[in-house]
Parts: sequence; structure tokens; C-alpha cells
Amino acid sequence: MPKTKIKHVDHVVIRFAGDSGDGMQLTGSRFTDSTAIFGNDLSTLPDYPAEIRAPAGSLAGVSVFQLHFSSQDIHTPGDQPDVLVAMNPAALKGHLADLEPNGIIIANSDTFNKKNLHLAGYESNPLEDGSLENEYEVHAIRMTSLVIKACKNIDISLKDVERTKNMFALGLLFWMYNRSTDTTIQWLQKKFKSKPAIIEANTRALYAGYHYGDTTEMFTSRYTVEKATLPPGKYRNINGNYAISLGLLAAAEKSGLPLFFGGYPITPASEILHYLASYRNFGVKTFQAEDEIAGISAAIGASFIGNLACTATSGPGMALKTEALGLAIMAELPLVVVNVQRGGPSTGLPTKTEQSDLFQAVMGRNADAPIPVIAPSTPGDCFYAAFEASQIAIKYMTPVIVLSDGYLANGSEPWPIPKMDELPKIDVKFETEYNGKDKYLPYKRNKQTLARPWAIPGTPKLEHRLGGLEKEDVTGDVNYEADNHHLMTTLRAQKIANIANNYPPTKVFGKDNSDLLILTWGSTFGPGRVAVERLHKDKLNVSHVHLRYLNPLPIDLGGILKKFKHILIPEINTGQLRTIIRAQYVVDAKGLNIVRGRPIRASVIVNRVKKILGI
Amino acid sequence: MTDIKKIKSLDLSRMDFVTNQSLKWCPGCGDYSILKQTQRILPELGVPKEKFLFISGIGCSSRFPYYINTYGFHTIHGRATAIASGAKLANPDLSVWVVTGDGDALSIGGNHTIHLMRRNLDINILLFNNRIYGLTKGQYSPTSELGKVTKSTPMGSLDRPFNPTSLALGSQATFVARTIDRNPKHIQSILKSAYEHKGTSFVEIYQNCNIFNNGAFKDLTDKKILSENIIQLEHGQPMIFGKNHNLGIHLDGYTPKIIDLNKDDNVSIDDVLVHNEKDIVIASMLSSFTYNDNFPTPIGIIYSVDEPIYEDMLQDQINTAIEKQGKGDIQNLLNSGNIWEVK
Repeated sequence: MPKTKIKHVDHVVIRFAGDSGDGMQLTGSRFTDSTAIFGNDLSTLPDYPAEIRAPAGSLAGVSVFQLHFSSQDIHTPGDQPDVLVAMNPAALKGHLADLEPNGIIIANSDTFNKKNLHLAGYESNPLEDGSLENEYEVHAIRMTSLVIKACKNIDISLKDVERTKNMFALGLLFWMYNRSTDTTIQWLQKKFKSKPAIIEANTRALYAGYHYGDTTEMFTSRYTVEKATLPPGKYRNINGNYAISLGLLAAAEKSGLPLFFGGYPITPASEILHYLASYRNFGVKTFQAEDEIAGISAAIGASFIGNLACTATSGPGMALKTEALGLAIMAELPLVVVNVQRGGPSTGLPTKTEQSDLFQAVMGRNADAPIPVIAPSTPGDCFYAAFEASQIAIKYMTPVIVLSDGYLANGSEPWPIPKMDELPKIDVKFETEYNGKDKYLPYKRNKQTLARPWAIPGTPKLEHRLGGLEKEDVTGDVNYEADNHHLMTTLRAQKIANIANNYPPTKVFGKDNSDLLILTWGSTFGPGRVAVERLHKDKLNVSHVHLRYLNPLPIDLGGILKKFKHILIPEINTGQLRTIIRAQYVVDAKGLNIVRGRPIRASVIVNRVKKILGI
Repeated sequence: MTDIKKIKSLDLSRMDFVTNQSLKWCPGCGDYSILKQTQRILPELGVPKEKFLFISGIGCSSRFPYYINTYGFHTIHGRATAIASGAKLANPDLSVWVVTGDGDALSIGGNHTIHLMRRNLDINILLFNNRIYGLTKGQYSPTSELGKVTKSTPMGSLDRPFNPTSLALGSQATFVARTIDRNPKHIQSILKSAYEHKGTSFVEIYQNCNIFNNGAFKDLTDKKILSENIIQLEHGQPMIFGKNHNLGIHLDGYTPKIIDLNKDDNVSIDDVLVHNEKDIVIASMLSSFTYNDNFPTPIGIIYSVDEPIYEDMLQDQINTAIEKQGKGDIQNLLNSGNIWEVK
């Protein structure tokens, strides 16, 4: 047996890259599961093309899964990979530039044939022409040939055998990082229950990869990444779309309301519909409508009837739902609207992440039409954002927008499992008696919150009409008078403004007055926090504030901002939060705006901060 | 006409369904009659008042919920059918009615209308068809005749009109009927049948806009000529019309023809086609008489069949899921999947 050194490292970033049909998402997910169970902290970033199967071997068809795991608390899927698994030339071509200097390349050399090299735009084979030698540790492995050998005498097609090459790569990485193959074997046995030959082939390929690392002398090092010291408790791995679905389910339970979801399939939000549709045994009613408009409209109908009503979509769908949102504002009905943001405008980059729907959420409607906006910061936080949106919607009788994004939706992290009995109850009061003299007054507001009462069809004596025409204060009758419209516009605005009275104090990470404040929202939390942590290591005097509430903004934010010399707002858009902050607080906030369909890198933020501070 | 079940009265009267809002339709508008007939039949349906829900979109007809003292929702243009779908799914126990117009249901809301009908939720759609846009002051509508001169079509409209009943049949509606604002008794009977039908009921109501399209249905309402121009359908009855009940619809192979029982040789009542509201071929043929100068306009129930109802099937799925998986427990769901414990 060759001697391989064991190296201890704090964190590793692996990027799996291959053809859309190569099973890279699956490979990444399996490695993630084993890593989570091992006890590392982790963060993942799936990145795949919008096309289901772009031409094999093409640059457009490369599907990617990046995983960052660590013995410490981490917040991002990592800036640059330490390891690049390239299942074909296009995968290498497209991702080599991101690899750390001296990084490891593991390539399936069987695919580096003339045709694939040409498709990727290589003139010569980079695995053989020496171009990679001095800069990277290259392992060219004939994975396809090796799995064919390993799967000899199994009665399945050659195509099915070749498809197990991702398991070979996975097995090899399990060996490199001292991970157990157990959870993957169990997973294979469950997934292909009725196909024992497929289980056998994949298992052999997985072991072939594992033993390949063990027995060849190619690898001089294996790595260990110690368990992270996460707070005690039960954990599972979770992605944002699943967390939102569970958050809505939890809010339905805590409010005692039936959950109704009206939606239309759209990337990257469809999984929320899929998850909720699988919970019929919870009494969840999902309705795949004929279009985005009908999705939200049906939800508004269900809200009138007293359900916890919700819909989920992405930017283009949000645009279609806009008029209906206005109706929900006018009728003052509770509604949770999830926007999983993607690159735009128009169809844009359906599978890539962006934070460019902030203006749309906060301002994108005709007339004065305020809506509370909450943005989750991590995949696991999506649970709490959906739960809190439901609380606000019900308490204030208003639609609420949850601004997630493609990265949060598909990215994952270890998640301390919430305990239902520790979540707050959501109070719901349906009116059953007249609230006026001998009649029901649908717009007689709660003095404290300004929310109107909720009387649902089916309740005797309280028959009333809602509608999109301006309402008379208190009675809810149609009213076109000038004074009433001014009053109602003001009341609707004040009601939403009141929500900020319930926010917890805004937290400042670092000193509450320092040279520079990094202000983030949504998924930019991770890179923002990592950047500040690195800058603190360099003894720089910088702080971090993360905004969960985008509308209304926290009452204490203005006072906080005034204590910093510089304010830097990194966003995956061209400066939407910056514009809002500058307008609201008249501070000279600067932007760091990169719209590449991916999370902003912590290192980029670090560099910009140093530049601003003149270091 | 289908038999209406006798349902015991809940001591409601028409006045229980009248609101305190002043009516703002133009004097002489056909909507008044439809409102009144609706208020007349609701007390007779045996449904507690609080279980009625009227939902509308935008347009003259869509002001209807403000004038009827039930739960109501005046929503946005074209979306009433979608909003009603959510409401009905949330509480299938409600009697849900959509009031809409030719623009609201067939133009801006065409998509939602056809999808509601194919899903077959138990909702009643009352489509007030006046073949014009009233509330926006007189542009042509998707049911206006080709060549219609309006403010937006000074040289005549280039659009061929929708035939609403054919659209409904094509959308697999399970109940398709037509009535007319000037015939109160007929409206009442059709509305009752629509209520009785379990599944989406599509009722086209010809309604005169006396301001922007006056006389659009005069051939069907002028007492002197209407009997020649209308055929009133009754299930199981021969299709007879005309002043002296002398004209009938006869099928010559696949081709419908009008025969005169008094004048034509060798014809008798046996040669007249008998209406069968469960027959899609007859329904399609009758619907094709719309805008057809060679045939009388059918009113009454064109088609009525029983098909599974969406909300019942949804509830069945919920029941089955609970039966198979047990009632959902959220804490268990949160704790499922690959779990590990940090100590």
C-alpha cells in the first residue's frame, strides 16, 4: 500500500461539473448528505442551465454543484473551489478559471476525445499538453472505462453502466475526504428499490472510485475536515424552497387555518408547489392554476374564505400578479407571496440567482400600494421568513412579500430542526357578531394595528361586500369622495408603517460605530458576514448590519447608519437597496453591484472595503 | 326544463337580498331585470343567506355584488372566475356565483373562464352578454358582430365574434344554457337549474345595453316576431317554434333543416328532432344556430351532464392521503430525512 499523508484542513470547496445528464446535482447532493451527517458545517450552491439537456459536451450544457464544508461556522458556498471535478472538457473549460492556484483537478479522461475537445473549444487536450501541470494537481482518470470493468456481468445496458461514472467520482471523493459511503448506499437501495441491477452497478462504481483512491499511487494526500462545533441539537440539511414550504405549513398549524396554495410552475420557485402538493395528508389544498394571475387570484379567493393563502413565483410571474396584489391591498386580505428571484429582465436567467426584484417588491404597483417585504438570509432562514410573513399577513390583514432568490432556493445548509411547541401561536379572530350598531362594519379598524376585521363567508348576519373600488372608512361601502380617499390612502400606509413597531432591535455585528458599515439584505448576508470576519482578522474597524425587513424599514436603522463613516451595500443588482437607503436616510451609501447570476464573493467585498479605506 | 326539486323554505324573501346601496346602472338597462330575478330565486333555493357568495370582475354587470345582500367580492378585470375557484375550493359548502360580462369573461378573462369550465367546480357563471363594452363607453366587444361600427372601430370591427355557448361546450362545460333579460320567468327557471346542476354552470344571458347597443336582441325580444326567431328548448320535447307552433327542427342526415308542420308535405311531429340535453352532438348543433340567420336562436338548457366535481375530487385526495399516510404531523415531518444530532 502506498503511503498517503493525512492533511488536516479547516474547510474545503469542491465543485462538481459535468454534462446536464451526468448527474452532477445528484453527486453533489450525496456528498452533501454524508458531509452533513459527518458533522461539518456546510453551504451548497447548485448551478445548472435552464435547458433540460443542452447538446452533450457543449459549454451551455454544463451543470454544476458547489459544496463548501468546514470545521467552523461558515456562511457561503465558497468563493473559489479547491477541487474541480470535471466530467468532460466543457466542464474543465468553463470552470478552470475559478479554481484556486494549486487546486486539484479530477477529470474523466475518457471524455476528452476529439469531438468533446472541439465542442469545448480546446485545440489540444489540456490533460496531455502540459498546460495544467505547473499550476494544478491534475488527476486524469478513465472513469468510464473503469466503471465498465467494475460492472462486468451485470445485466444492464452499456448506457446504464456508463451512467454510474458519477458514482465513481463520488466514491473517490469520499476516499479523499474520509467520508463514509453508508448513506449513499442506503440512498441507492431506497431510490432503486425495484431495480437491483442498477443498485449493484452504482454500488460497484462507488466502491471502484473509493478503492481507486486507496490503491493507486496517484494521490499523495488525503484530507480530514473535523466536525464543526455547531450548537447542540438535532439537525438536518435543508434548501430554501423546502424551508419555505415547511414554514408555511408551520404557520398554518400555529394559526389553526387551512393552508391554500395557488400557483403556476416557474423556475426556480416550482419546488414550493411540488412540496406542498405532497402534503395532502396535512389538508393542504394546492391549486396549479392556468397562469400566474389565476394562481394569486385563487389564493385571494381562499383568503376571503378564511384560509392561510399563499402563492409563490419568480420575477416574471410577479409582474403578472401585480394587479391582483393591488386588489389584496384594497380588500385588506392576508396573503403570503413568495418571489424566488432570478436573473432578469424578461425571461432573463431562469436558473441563476439575482436580487433585482427589490424595487418591484417595494414599489412595483400602481398607486400608493405599500406591502411589507421580508427577505430571508440563508436557506434555513427561509422557514422563519415564511412563518413571519404569515404572522404579519394575518395580524395586519395585508399581503406580504417574501423575497427569496435562486441561490437560497437551491442552496442548502445544516439546519437546527425547529420545535413546533417553541414557535409562537398565531392569533386569528374571525368576526361572528356585529361590530357596529346593528350591522357589521368591514373597515372598522383595530385602533392599535389599524387592521380591519376578518369576517368570512358562511358567517350568519355578517354578509358584506369587498371590492377593488375605494372603500368608505369604517363601512367599506364604495366611496369616491376626495376626503375619504385621502384618509384611506393614509390609513393603508400607516397600517403598514405600524408593522415596524414590532421588529426586534437591529443588530450590529462589530462595533456600532466604526470606519465602515457593510449593509446587506437577502442572500448577500453570507458573503457580507464572511467579509467582515476576514476584515476583523486584519484588525480593520468595520461592522455589518443585515436587513431582514425591507419594507417598512426598521425604525432604528437611521440612527445606526449615521454612526459610520462609510456605508457599503453589496447587492446582486445595480443598486436598488442603495437607492432606497439614500432616499430614506440621505446618507452617502456606496454600492458594490455585481450581476453575474451568482452570489457575490466575500473576497470581492473584502477588496472593495480595503479600497474605500485606502488600504 | 329539468325538474326543480322542491326545497323547504328558510323564510327568506326577495327583500332579504336587496342592499341599501343605490343602483347605478343606467335607467332601462337589462341588468335590473336579471338582478331582480336573481333576488327572487335565491330565497327559494333552501340555502342559508350567509352561504351565498357572489363574485364579479369589472364592467357594468360586475357591479352586481354591491346590489345583492349576500357575501360578495367585486374584484379585478377578468379574474372573477379564478378568485371564485379559490373561494369554492376553500369552502365547498358555499354557493358561489360569478357575475361577468362578454368583455370580462371572454376577452380579458377568457383564459380563466375556459379553465374553470374544464375543471368543473360547482360554480354558476352568469355571463351578461350585451355585445358591447358599456362601462368604457361603447367599444366593440368579443361578441360584437363583424363590421360593428363603434368608437374604436369607426370603419367597422374586423373581429369575428365569439359564440359563447360553443366556447363553453369546447371547454367541456357540463352545463350550458342561454336566457334573455326580457323573459323573467325563463331567467328564473334557468338560474334555478344552474344552481341545481352540480358542476360549473355556464349561463349566457342576452342583455340589452340601451345606451351603447340598444336593440342588439330586438329580434329576440320584439313580441311580434320573437316566436319566429327563438326556439325554447325543453329536454325530451320536440324542438318546435313559430307563432303557431308550426315550425320544427328536422335532421336530414347530419344537416338540420326547418320544417313547417302545417305547410310541408309528408311531415309530422315525429319528424321533429327531440331535444336531449345530454347529447353533445345536439348541443353543438344547437349552439351553431347562434348568429345564424337560417335558424332560430335557442334559449334554455343546451347541454347538461354530470361529471365529477373538482372540489370533491380534491377532498377525496385529502381523505385518501390521510387514510394512507395518517394525518400529517408537522414535528414528525420536520424531523424526517437524514437527521443528526450535535451534542
